[in-house]
Amino acid sequence: MATWTWFHRFGSPPWVYGFARRWAPWFGGAALLCMLIALYGGLVLAPADYQQKDAFRMVYVHAPAAWLSLMIYTTMAVAAAVGLIWRMKVAHAVAAACAPVGAWFTVAALGTGMLWGKPMWGAYWVWDPRLTAELVLLFLYFGYMGLRAGIEDQAKADKASAMLAVVGVINVPIIKYSVEWWNSLHQTATVMQMGKPKMDFDMLWPLLLMFVAFALYFAAVLLIRLRAELLRRERTASWIREVLT
Amino acid sequence: MLNVTGLHLWRGDRHVLRGVSFEARAGQCVLLTGRNGAGKTTLLRAVAGLLDPEEGQVAWRGAPARKTRDVFHSELAYLGHEPPLKGDLTGRENLRFATGIRRAVAAADIDAALTRTGAKEFSDRAVRTLSAGQKRRVALAGVLLTGAPLWLLDEPTTNLDADGQQLVATLIEEQLARSGIVVAAIHHALTLKSGETVNLELGAA
Amino acid sequence: MKAGVLDVARLVIARDLRLAFRKPSQLLQPLMFFMIVATLFPLTLTPEMSRLRDAAPGVLWVGALLSSLLALEFLFREDAQDGTLEQFALSGQSLTWMLFAKTCTHWLLSGLPLALFAPIAAVGLGVPGEAMWSVVASLALGGFALSLIGAISAGLTLGARRGGVLLSLLTLPLAVPILVFGADATHQAIIGGDFGPPLRMLGAIAVLGVTLAPLAAAAAVRIGLE
Repeated sequence: MATWTWFHRFGSPPWVYGFARRWAPWFGGAALLCMLIALYGGLVLAPADYQQKDAFRMVYVHAPAAWLSLMIYTTMAVAAAVGLIWRMKVAHAVAAACAPVGAWFTVAALGTGMLWGKPMWGAYWVWDPRLTAELVLLFLYFGYMGLRAGIEDQAKADKASAMLAVVGVINVPIIKYSVEWWNSLHQTATVMQMGKPKMDFDMLWPLLLMFVAFALYFAAVLLIRLRAELLRRERTASWIREVLT
Repeated sequence: MLNVTGLHLWRGDRHVLRGVSFEARAGQCVLLTGRNGAGKTTLLRAVAGLLDPEEGQVAWRGAPARKTRDVFHSELAYLGHEPPLKGDLTGRENLRFATGIRRAVAAADIDAALTRTGAKEFSDRAVRTLSAGQKRRVALAGVLLTGAPLWLLDEPTTNLDADGQQLVATLIEEQLARSGIVVAAIHHALTLKSGETVNLELGAA
Repeated sequence: MKAGVLDVARLVIARDLRLAFRKPSQLLQPLMFFMIVATLFPLTLTPEMSRLRDAAPGVLWVGALLSSLLALEFLFREDAQDGTLEQFALSGQSLTWMLFAKTCTHWLLSGLPLALFAPIAAVGLGVPGEAMWSVVASLALGGFALSLIGAISAGLTLGARRGGVLLSLLTLPLAVPILVFGADATHQAIIGGDFGPPLRMLGAIAVLGVTLAPLAAAAAVRIGLE
């Protein structure tokens, strides 16, 4: 029964608004702390890679950004599904708030990937399977945001984009598999894999910590965006007046 | 048989339906009145299940209509503002499809319905060539053919001449006599010579 | 007596076929589009057959995809506009099944003719004769999967502004697997390799599509009709 009260609280916009307001700074602070430690660990402490020298340090931003971009899409789809099944307005607001953040992480992953590619292979872009899949993920985000923007009625936009997110998340593994298949067909002489170099613990812990930092950062930004979403959606509701005074 | 309780519906920011409730028993006709934008169409669509209300419930024969959606729809005939007809098909072909997907129907039945609504003479022309009033007559034949106990009609007399308006009144009376229920949104008064009428005005602040 | 599933499917298919043949120009447009696109590639790349042959899988599949995006406009839009799609939703019959029947008919009228027509474009791209039948088979199968996926985006964009562009934007990422396996099958056929594995993957996607896509499309259409 305790789980149900918790569930119901998450369904109440004013409660979630208060939660977001209280917790966002904590997540943000924790994120900053972790990021600083991880950056120090990755850029200064970790030894240079045997093959890639210092260029490999790009992985400390690139890999966590890529993981986050996928994690956020999944979060968005789960929130959207919850909104569809249990008809929770807050869940739809969460999904809407996730999308731009996820898209930016995807851009970050692509950008750092391009910056990594230049010292590695002398080219700003390679059709590496992971980068290509990242690009398709960006298109999925654009489609989601485009659909939301294209439908006037908020409730209808919520439901339609929720369906799209669910269909998209089911497709993501299929897309990834197909892109890897495609890449394996056209193996060129140089193995164009943007794989992480083999890592021992000294190199690994900053990576994991950076992932945690990004996740905390995502939580902080999500909570801030969520507050804005709730304010916009509930602007005619009475609890808004109390909150703003 | 039809129970609508506490229906609240927002379209964007507008609170269109504010706790609408009504009940309709067999043989009753509910007439929805109200000025433009009062929510008559919205209410009909919400009862039909095309719109999802934020609060409230529609119950048919005691069960929530959302849970028994397919059964509810098979007992429901909905006629909106625009007659749902494909312009490139003839009236007859349209009805053969629209009725056929619901129940087995014989050509003779279609003929009878078309004759009843005065649409037989132009039933073999492409619907795109018909006037608005003629299309409506074909659509009304479609409603008859469903054999559904519940009719939801959105301004059924639009584009019809005086004869046509009388036809609609008669068709509703016959439906009520069959123990059917009619919920109709109307603009001007519709007087029925028989059957029980309930008036529901929407948008009264 | 309630109409049975086979009757419903038969009626939907018959209706859509009848409607299509009363406006035959609509059928030809996606085909013409495909031919034009296929012609643009030699014009912009090279007239050399050997190089075109390398590009042929890409040209054929991108052309097929773009052409099917055009054809997807016709799937639901008119029915949504004249109110007959609502009739489907209010009929008391399974909307999933009815939309599946519509999608199959749509493929019969757009995807399949394109696949049968493709050898003409393929000849212009240097595809050898022995590869032709597998080109047709892969395009037919891929076109069916595309119609299924496209039905979902068509349903989702029913109520949206600039739905046409949005439909393309939504469908393209979801179509990536179909394109990858389809183009690979065509490529293998051209070089005389084993096109079995990619063709089977394409078939698997089509099967997955058949089981899931109509459900999603029906849900999307109901949302779009609100």
